[in-house]
Amino acid sequence: MMSDLELATFVEGTTRYFEATANQAATVGSPYLVQNGKPTVHEFTGMISIAGKRRGVVYFTAPRPMLTVLLMRMGETELTEENMADLVGEVANTISGNARRDFGKDFMISVPQVVAGDTDRVTTPDNVRSFVIPINWRSHAAQLVVCLE
Amino acid sequence: MSVATAQAEDLNRKFKMMICDDSNIIRRKIERELKIERIEVVATAANGRIAVETFKKNPVDVVTMDITMPEMDGIECVEKLVDIKPDVLILVVSALSDKATAIEALQKGANGFLCKPFTDRQLTEALEELLRGAQ
Repeated sequence: MMSDLELATFVEGTTRYFEATANQAATVGSPYLVQNGKPTVHEFTGMISIAGKRRGVVYFTAPRPMLTVLLMRMGETELTEENMADLVGEVANTISGNARRDFGKDFMISVPQVVAGDTDRVTTPDNVRSFVIPINWRSHAAQLVVCLE
Repeated sequence: MSVATAQAEDLNRKFKMMICDDSNIIRRKIERELKIERIEVVATAANGRIAVETFKKNPVDVVTMDITMPEMDGIECVEKLVDIKPDVLILVVSALSDKATAIEALQKGANGFLCKPFTDRQLTEALEELLRGAQ
């Protein structure tokens, strides 16, 4: 079960990502619990498996228009499916990796696994509470989902 | 050669660089945002194994190195590159922001550590710091 302080680590990581990468802060809403094991899933999802002292999954899911604008803000000119898939994986990887500042080296993260389109492949475990951190950036909405034992 | 001439040559020295990161957009971002005329990006690699193979054929002067990558991670790769060329300058560019990881990378032979996410200014400063250490 995650504490409020642990959840705050991911909220701060999300804020920091958009500030540094897009030079434009995102608004992060109040985290809430996933209902029925089926969180909102957008067209692109980057998933990181967590092992070590904590186990679980962290994923970032975002719609295509948001990723298009985010890539443009990064100066990227190739607004391809491949780069959008790459970007959701990199966001999930960066926020999870930054969490080691608070969780320590035993918070072991996998390389990103990306799901494009097939939303049924994105689920959260039944036996662990999963938190959704809503992210609003410009006129777009995305979610960071954190599920840790 | 006078000391002044040698110093001037040091300041004009060109550095060849390889970018190693499993993310294509990060490799392109580093190349795009690099604002140091003395550095020329001559190679990229999507994981540590490819980086080692590329480095054997073309032992560049500077490497930016991600840590979490498939096939061979950045820590192992740093060790192998330093074995091949002990004076290679390696800037680890990683999201893993705990002190233990940074210390491990430096112990294996990296010369600097830049935490993702980074701005273009932070990237330039980190690389300039790396080059200053080489002079």
